[in-house]
Amino acid sequence: MPDPLRTASGRSRAFRNPADEGLGAKIILILLALAFLGFFLVLPLVSVFVEAFRKGWMEYYEALVEPDAAASIHLTLMVAAIAVPLNLVFGLCASWAIAKFEFKGKAFLITLIDLPFSISPVISGLVYVLLFGSGSLLGPLLKSWGIEILFAVPGIVLATVFVTFPFVARELIPLMEDQGTGDEEAALSLGASGWQTFWYVTLPNIKWGLLYGVLLCNARAMGEFGAVSVVSGRIRGVTTTMPLHVEILYNEYNMVAAFAVASLLTFLALVTLALKTLLELRFGAGNAGGRH
Amino acid sequence: MEVTINNIRKEFDRFPALNDVSLKIASGELIALLGPSGSGKTTLLRLIAGLDFPTAGKIFFGEEDASHHSVQERNVGFVFQHYALFRHMTVAENIGFGLKVRPASTRPAKAEIRRRVLELLDMVQLGGLEKRYPNQLSGGQRQRVALARAMAIEPRILLLDEPFGALDAKVRKELRRWLREFHDRTGHTTVFVTHDQEEALELADRVVVMSQGRIEQVGSADDVYDRPGSPFVFSFIGESSQLPVEVKEGAVLFQGQPIGISEPAGGVGELFFRPEDVALVDAPDALFGKVTACRRLAGTRIAEIDIANDGHAPYHVEIEVPLHAPIELGSEARFRPTRWKVFRK
Amino acid sequence: MTDTAAVASARWRLKRPSIIPGFGLTLGFSLVYLSLIILIPIAGLFWRSAALGWSGFFAVLTDERTLRALYVSFGTAFVAALVNVVFGVITAWMLTRYDFPGRRLIDAMVDLPFALPTAVAGIALTALYAPQGWIGSLFMPFRIAFTPLGIVVALIFIGLPFVVRTVQPVMEEIDREVEEAAATLGANRFQTVSRVILPGLAPAILTGFALAFARGVGEYGSVIFIAGNIPYVSEIAPLLIVIKLEEFNYAGATAIATIMLLISFAMLFVINLIQAWSRRRYGNA
Repeated sequence: MPDPLRTASGRSRAFRNPADEGLGAKIILILLALAFLGFFLVLPLVSVFVEAFRKGWMEYYEALVEPDAAASIHLTLMVAAIAVPLNLVFGLCASWAIAKFEFKGKAFLITLIDLPFSISPVISGLVYVLLFGSGSLLGPLLKSWGIEILFAVPGIVLATVFVTFPFVARELIPLMEDQGTGDEEAALSLGASGWQTFWYVTLPNIKWGLLYGVLLCNARAMGEFGAVSVVSGRIRGVTTTMPLHVEILYNEYNMVAAFAVASLLTFLALVTLALKTLLELRFGAGNAGGRH
Repeated sequence: MEVTINNIRKEFDRFPALNDVSLKIASGELIALLGPSGSGKTTLLRLIAGLDFPTAGKIFFGEEDASHHSVQERNVGFVFQHYALFRHMTVAENIGFGLKVRPASTRPAKAEIRRRVLELLDMVQLGGLEKRYPNQLSGGQRQRVALARAMAIEPRILLLDEPFGALDAKVRKELRRWLREFHDRTGHTTVFVTHDQEEALELADRVVVMSQGRIEQVGSADDVYDRPGSPFVFSFIGESSQLPVEVKEGAVLFQGQPIGISEPAGGVGELFFRPEDVALVDAPDALFGKVTACRRLAGTRIAEIDIANDGHAPYHVEIEVPLHAPIELGSEARFRPTRWKVFRK
Repeated sequence: MTDTAAVASARWRLKRPSIIPGFGLTLGFSLVYLSLIILIPIAGLFWRSAALGWSGFFAVLTDERTLRALYVSFGTAFVAALVNVVFGVITAWMLTRYDFPGRRLIDAMVDLPFALPTAVAGIALTALYAPQGWIGSLFMPFRIAFTPLGIVVALIFIGLPFVVRTVQPVMEEIDREVEEAAATLGANRFQTVSRVILPGLAPAILTGFALAFARGVGEYGSVIFIAGNIPYVSEIAPLLIVIKLEEFNYAGATAIATIMLLISFAMLFVINLIQAWSRRRYGNA
């Protein structure tokens, strides 16, 4: 059999797919991208764990069980446990109203929901300082009733709710819009009540998207730094969440402890990413796109 | 430009998409590659274009061996099934693209490109739409922009992949006639791929019928319809029925019985005939079966007949009968093919 | 009867009629919650800044330190977004077009900056890019951390997924036929990429750039560790807000915040314009 890649002139030439780069260009591009990702994503990730275990397991363990660290873990979990369900309920309500009905001002409402994504976290905290601070109307009034908002847990919760506000709604709105209203109308025509329709028809259709939104919301709630730092007052062991505790330890040059707490947050981020990837693979829930 | 395809084979991951295909396309001819999906017709078109390279075999453009020329070197006009227009470019920019990407030495001046673009737009009857974006055009208009874009590079041969596949029936008919006129006017050697036999038979000078990576038959519309060269062509083009028969001493036997037609050579084979090539007879040596359905089709009537098969599922044939023929549901019909073909196994 | 019905249907209506229940409840709750958490606090900010008056506002904004901080924030965010456009597009291309071992893992990794708390990113990047760090030591005596360059590093980290995740889905939609069409018309691969593929991606790239830029301008947590926070040199605007707050200079903090907020709203508007324009013209977002 004659060599198929040999031309009449005897020159050998490999076929190159016209919609493809040459192998050389491909390798260069891949190496470029990998180097870039290595420098900016992989090495930082690795360095967290390296720094955390620099002095061995014992130091690592002690940094985590130390009372202030334990308190910050506790506070972080508590804040997320309040903020995430609140935004979950909001996300469900907003996406129901927006996806299942046609009404005036819908596009504007969606823009408003997205607003926290485009506001600096520091400003998200600042607005509550202005609202409840000593110079405001509300702050002194609440204080006279014995209610502390700023430099206390309620302020931290509020700031966290603010920055994580859009996550669930953002995932659910496009998903529910795609699914339309046919299923719900069918259920209602078969005699189901509004609640039954939501519970048995709508919810099963959106559960993976919902989980996905909750996951992202939770990751941000536990990791928020800027907004929380503005309203927290950093009372050690009282109003310091994990990210704030990391900052305090870091500024005290207690690197092992700082990175030990940071490694817990990193672990949380990795679990979030793993679950997210799994959800995408298994159920194609949402896409990774958008603004977080 | 005459195109010669010599013993082309194409494998995708060891799976043969084309198997020893040879074809000669005369200069100025309009040729259709017709076949079901997976028959290799689009693969053949892409090989001619240089969008894929053959595993073995050669392609000549005239005297020149183009087998290993890149798609850019081949200078072919290719119209894609979904047009593949550049949607961020206006109609004029789309059409002028092939001229603009030429190396500086052969690139026409801006004014000249513009003149050519407008001329081509007129030729495809889209004058005045040069500033539109593809998104703002109808399907038929996009198709003609794609054609004008392919023509702009003065291709040596024009290749069209399912050119009317994405259009609705009415536009498709119009464009079909328009393309024929366009071809007659410009005289370009043209190859198009289609799975629609009506389109192929109506439009092409010659039809290349393909199946499973092979060419089954090449011929005019009359050739492939009236003188099908293989069982596949007989059943793929037009309506037909087939029955297993045996030829003995010049007579065609069905289930061991003579059916009143004759064939020269002997052996076991398949009898093919078309519904319209049948006559009702009143004779013992004929095909017969039970009429299971009867439907009116324009000026004639189609009878569906089940021929008993000794306990197995009956053979199902369809025949055309005169409007007033004494055919009744459930009754027995006797008939003989008047034109037929026996393909020996 | 028919007359009143006709009048009723022509009347202005908030919502198109529907048999699905719960509109009032869900929309009502959403609006109340939105107002309490987001709108009223933001309105409070604008109210406070209005109380400053033009002269007060102007005084804060012409302050040299404020101007430098804004310059640092916008400048570094712009450079970081540019870097992200280049490498984000290459990364997205690699993820959509090439198949190699570990591709899925890298794809998942791109979202890391979304999931990793900014403070963690901040200390990790600082440890790496500090003069004694793994990467920082390679570049000595040229310093990365504790200079504006360090801010750019942090903002590259923060902004990367915005570009990749905006461009990637559009890239996946590119029809191979379009590239083949360019080739049949005589374009070489470089011409196909530069004249057909990239211009087609332009709206997505622009959107990704704007998102990364907007996020970078407001970023705080990852930046303050690596920046060095030297006033007039590597002090970012969000940090200046925090400093003013700690000095109980609410007026100063409010004025800077208002400016930043107005600019982010403008960015949001521009992003929406880009998308509306690209939808109208090319029929895709």
